[in-house]
Amino acid sequence: MAGKSLFQQVNDYAHRANPYPLYAEMRKTPVLGDEDGNYAVSSYRLITELLHDPRLSSDIRARPPDDPKQQAVAQSSISPAFIRTDPPEHDRLRRMLTRQFGPPHTVGMIDNMRGDLEKYVNGLLDRMQDRKQIDIVDDYAYPFPVDVICKLLGIPPEDEKRFHGWAEDIAFSLDPAIGEEGRKLIAKGLVARNELGQYMRALIDVHRKQPGNDMLSRLITDSSADGRLTEEELVSSSVTLLIAGHETTVNLITNGTLTLLRNPDVFERLRHEPDLIIPLVEETLRFEPPVQFNSQRTALADITIDGVTIPKGAPVYLMIAAGNRDPVRFNEPDRFIPDREDNQHLGFGSGIHYCFGAPLARVEVQIALNALARRLINPRLVVDPPPYRQSAVLRGPRHLLVDVDGIKP
Amino acid sequence: MRVLVDLNRCQGYAQCCFLAPESFKLVGEEALMYDSGPDDALKEKIERAAASCPVQAIMVEYMNGHADEMVKSGTSEAEARHGA
Amino acid sequence: MVHRADVLQSFKKNGSIVIVGASLAGLRATEVLRKEGFAGRLTVIGDEPYEPYDRPPLSKQVLAGWVEAEHTTLPRQHPLDDVDWRLGIAATGLDLRAREVHLADGQSVDFDRMLIATGVRARHWPKEDEARLAGVFVVRTRDDARLLRQKLETKPRHVLIVGAGFTGSEMASVCRDLGLTVTVTERSASPLIGALGGEIGSIAGDLQRQHGVDLRCNTTVTALEGDAERTLRRAHFSDGSTLDVDVAVIALGSIRNTEWLRGSRLAAGQLGVACDAGCRAFDINGIITDDIFVAGDVARFPHPLYAYQLIALEHWGNAVAQAEAAAHNMVNSEAERRPHISIPAFWSIQFGVNIKSVGLPPFADQVVIMQGSVEQHRFVAAYGHKGRTVAAVSFNQGRWLPYYERLIASAAAFPPTPPAYDVPIPLHPVPAKFPAANAPTSTPTIALTGYAPDEICATYLEEPPMTPVTVESGGKA
Ligand SMILES: Cc1cc2nc3c(=O)[nH]c(=O)nc-3n(C[C@H](O)[C@H](O)[C@H](O)COP(=O)(O)OP(=O)(O)OC[C@H]3O[C@@H](n4cnc5c(N)ncnc54)[C@H](O)[C@@H]3O)c2cc1C
Ligand code: HEM
Ligand code: SF4
Repeated sequence: MAGKSLFQQVNDYAHRANPYPLYAEMRKTPVLGDEDGNYAVSSYRLITELLHDPRLSSDIRARPPDDPKQQAVAQSSISPAFIRTDPPEHDRLRRMLTRQFGPPHTVGMIDNMRGDLEKYVNGLLDRMQDRKQIDIVDDYAYPFPVDVICKLLGIPPEDEKRFHGWAEDIAFSLDPAIGEEGRKLIAKGLVARNELGQYMRALIDVHRKQPGNDMLSRLITDSSADGRLTEEELVSSSVTLLIAGHETTVNLITNGTLTLLRNPDVFERLRHEPDLIIPLVEETLRFEPPVQFNSQRTALADITIDGVTIPKGAPVYLMIAAGNRDPVRFNEPDRFIPDREDNQHLGFGSGIHYCFGAPLARVEVQIALNALARRLINPRLVVDPPPYRQSAVLRGPRHLLVDVDGIKP
Repeated sequence: MRVLVDLNRCQGYAQCCFLAPESFKLVGEEALMYDSGPDDALKEKIERAAASCPVQAIMVEYMNGHADEMVKSGTSEAEARHGA
Repeated sequence: MVHRADVLQSFKKNGSIVIVGASLAGLRATEVLRKEGFAGRLTVIGDEPYEPYDRPPLSKQVLAGWVEAEHTTLPRQHPLDDVDWRLGIAATGLDLRAREVHLADGQSVDFDRMLIATGVRARHWPKEDEARLAGVFVVRTRDDARLLRQKLETKPRHVLIVGAGFTGSEMASVCRDLGLTVTVTERSASPLIGALGGEIGSIAGDLQRQHGVDLRCNTTVTALEGDAERTLRRAHFSDGSTLDVDVAVIALGSIRNTEWLRGSRLAAGQLGVACDAGCRAFDINGIITDDIFVAGDVARFPHPLYAYQLIALEHWGNAVAQAEAAAHNMVNSEAERRPHISIPAFWSIQFGVNIKSVGLPPFADQVVIMQGSVEQHRFVAAYGHKGRTVAAVSFNQGRWLPYYERLIASAAAFPPTPPAYDVPIPLHPVPAKFPAANAPTSTPTIALTGYAPDEICATYLEEPPMTPVTVESGGKA
C-alpha cells in the first residue's frame, strides 16, 4: 500500500470490509491533509466542532472550478438539494420540508406508520418461510425501505425497477473523486441524477394535477410563511428524499444483522428482550455507521483547528466512523455494547444538517431487526466478511447470505 | 415517571417530538416544551425518545415495578463535557 | 503519622455532610456525593415541603396549564434512599466552630463538611400592604405557580407583569398564548436588558409587541390599588397614567437566601455567598474555608474568562455544574479538585423563540449580529469586551452556539471572523447597551474592627439595609 495516503486507502475497495484499523491510524493525526489537498478529520471532538462551524460549507459550488464534483453540479439539470446548500437557503428548504414530515406542523405521522411497517416486514418474511437461505440485502433490507419511502412520498413502488440503477449510481458518486475511476463515478452520478430528475418532474406533474395525501402532494400544495416550493426545489428535494431514504437504511439494517450474527449472545438477548432494540440501533449507528464520512464539505475560509490550518477551498471529510470509535469519547470503542450508555454517536451527523429522516430510519430499522430476531430460526452467517458494495461513504454489504433452519410464523 | 431535559444541551432536533409527541412538543422552530411528569403508560415511548436524542439531553427516572429499582438515562453535565 | 489519603477514606466512609437547600443544586450535589463513593451520613435540609423540583417549567409549561405544578419533581440519577431528607424545615443558623447547622424546629445537625445551596427567592412588591392584595403574585416556587395558574384559569381581564426580565417575559408570552390581555412594565429601555443588553433586548421588545403585549418601557409601577375587599383593581404608573388590572405578577428579580448565615462569619450577604473556583466559601475576612462549600444561585465565584470578578449566575446550568464540582471537591483530595469554570449558558423560551446564551453578555461593551436575520427572529449575536469575544446569544439558531462557545473559550478577537454564509455584510458592531453596573449599595454592611494585626477583622454591621429594587438580571457581573 506504500504511496497511498491513509485517506486514499480508506477509499480503496480493498479495505471495505474492515476500514476500522485505518480509522484508528488516522486518529493519530486528527486533521490529516494529503497531497490531493483533501483533509480528513477523524477525532470525535473535532468532527463535532466542525459540524457546528459556519465556515464549513455543504455547497459543492464553493469548490474551485477544476473540482470534478463542482463541475458535475454545474452541469446538473437540477438544482442542489438542501443537503447540499448552506443557510439561509438550507434552513428555508428544510423548514418547508419538515412541515410535511414532522412536528410541530405534522405530528405523529411517523409514529403512526409503525403498524404498517411491521405488517410489511412480516409479509416479506412470510414469503420466505420455506427457504433455508436468504440474502438479507436483496430479500429484506433493500425492498423494505424502498417501499416505505415510495409510499411516503407517493411514488409507485413498482417504479423501483426504473430508479434502482440511478439511485445506486448517485449513491456511489458521493465518494471522493479519486483518480480516473473516481471521476467516472461522478460522471455516472451526474447522468443518473439528471434522469432521476426527469422522472421526478413527470411524477410531480401527475401529483400536481391529482393531489393525493402523500408527502409529495402535500409539498406541492403547501404554502407557509416561507412561501411555496418551486418546481426546481420540489424536484431536487424529492430526489434527495428518495435516495437518502433507502440507500442508507438498507446499510443500517444489513450492518445491524451482520453485527448481530457476529455477536450471537446479543442476538439471543434481543429475542427475549425486544426493548433492547432501542439502544441497540443507536449502538449500530455508532459501531457500523451507514454513512462513514461526510464527503461534501468545503472550507470557505482558512480554518485552524488544533494548530492545523485547513486552507480555504479545500475539501474536508468528516470521518464519522472514525469519530464514533474515538477512545477519548467512548469507552471500549471497538466493542459492540448494545445497551451502551451516553451514546452520543455521530451516525446521523450533527448540527443543521442532522439527518432529516432519522425518526423514520430508526423506526424502520428497529422493526426490521426485531422481526429477524423473533422469526429466524438458528440464523448463521454464510460468508464472513460478506462482499461489500462499491461505495466507501455509504458502506454496506452487497449481499448478506444467511442460512436458517426455518422462519417462525 | 419523572423526565428532565437539559435545555442548554438540547438543540431542537425534535427526535423526541417524533417519538413521544404526547410528552415533547416543539414551540416555534427549536424551542422544546415537555411534560416533566408524564403517565407511566408512556414509558416505552419516552424511553425511545431519550435513546434517540442526538445530544443525550433527556433524563428519565421511573420505578421498574419494584419500588427500589431505578432506571435512568441521560448524561450528567460532567460526563457530557468529557468528550464534547 | 496519619496519611491524608487515609483521612479522606475514613471521611468518605464515616464522615457526615449536610446540604442546606433541597432544590436543583442540592439534589445534584447529593447524587454526585453518593456516586463518588461518599457512604457517610448525608443530610439534606430544605424549607420547602417538597422533594427537589425543577423551576424553569413553572413560568412555561406549568403556567400554560399543560403540566401540573406537582409534576415537576426532578428525576434522580442515583438511588438516594439512604439520605436523611429534612424537608419543610428551614436552617436558621450556622455555627462554624461547633460545625452545626441550627434548624427552625430547634434541632441542630452537626457535620464535617457542608454545602450551602439555598438559592434565591422572589423579590416581592416592596410596599407590603399592596403586595398582600388578592391578585398580586410572584413566581418562584411550585406553590406560587399553582396559585397564579388557578387565577389565570378564571380568565382575568387584564394581567399586569411588573418587570421584563426572563421570567416576566416568559409569563407574558404564556398569557398571550392563553388569549389574555397583557401589559408589561419595565423600568429600563427594553426587556431582558440586564441579561442581553439594550441592543438585543429591543429585539425581544419587538417580539413582545408583535405578539400583542402592551409593553411599556422606561415605566415603573408606582402603586397597586385595591378595593374594599383588598382585591387588586388598578395600577398606577410613573407617567401618571393608570390601568384597571385584576392580576399583577411581580417579576422584579430575586433576593439571595443568606439571612440565615448572618453571624456565621462567612462572606455572605445580599450579593450571595462568595467562594473560590473550587466552590469553597470565603469567611468574612476573605480567607478560604476548607469544609464549607457553595453552589447554585446563591453562590458568587470568580471566573478566569471574566477577569476573576465574582459573578453570580441565576441559571439552571450553573446550578448543575457548580453543584457537581462542589460535591466532587467535597470528597476528593486537593490534587483531584476540579474548578468550576465551565462557560455559562442559559436558555429561555418566549413567544415561540428559543433564546440561548453562552458566555457572559453583561461583561460586554459591544454586540454584533453574526448570522441570520433579525427581522425573522433567527440570528446569532456575538458580544465583545475590549476586543475579545465574551458571549453569544441566539434566537432560534441554537445549533451554531457550540462554535461561539469555542471562540469564547479561546478568548478569540472581537468581532470574530465572520461566518461564511447567512452573514449581514459588513459586520457592524454596536454598543451592547447594558445598564451601568449595579452601583454599590449605599449603606455599608461590613466594616473592619480592631487595630492590632492579630485583632483586626471584618464584622457585620447591624441589620442589613433594605435592598433596593432592581430589575431582574439573567446573570449580572
Ligand atoms: C420561574 C423560573 C423560571 C426559570 N427559567 C429558567 C430558564 O429558562 N433557564 C435557566 O437557565 N434558568 C431558569 N431559572 C433559574 C433556575 O431555576 C435556577 O437557576 C435554579 O433553580 C437554581 O437552583 P438552586 O438549587 O441553586 O436554587 P433554588 O432553586 O433557588 O433552591 C434553593 C432552595 O433552598 C431553599 N432554602 C432557602 N433558604 C433555606 C434555608 N434557610 N433552609 C433550608 N432551605 C432553604 C429554598 O426554599 C429552595 O428550595 C428559572 C427560575 C424560575 C424561578
Ligand atoms: C439509517 C439510515 C440513515 C442514516 C445513517 C442517515 C445518515 C445521515 C447523515 C449522516 C446525514 C448528514 C449529512 C451531512 O451532514 O451532510 C443525513 C442527512 C440527511 N438525511 Fe439521512 N440517514 C438515514 C436515513 C434517512 C432517511 C430514511 C431519510 C429520508 C426520509 C433521510 C434524509 C436525509 C436528508 C434529507 C438529509 C439532509 C439534511 C440536511 O441537509 O438538513 N435520511 N443523513
Ligand atoms: S431530541 Fe434531544 S435535542 Fe432534540 S428536541 Fe428532543 S431533547 Fe432536544
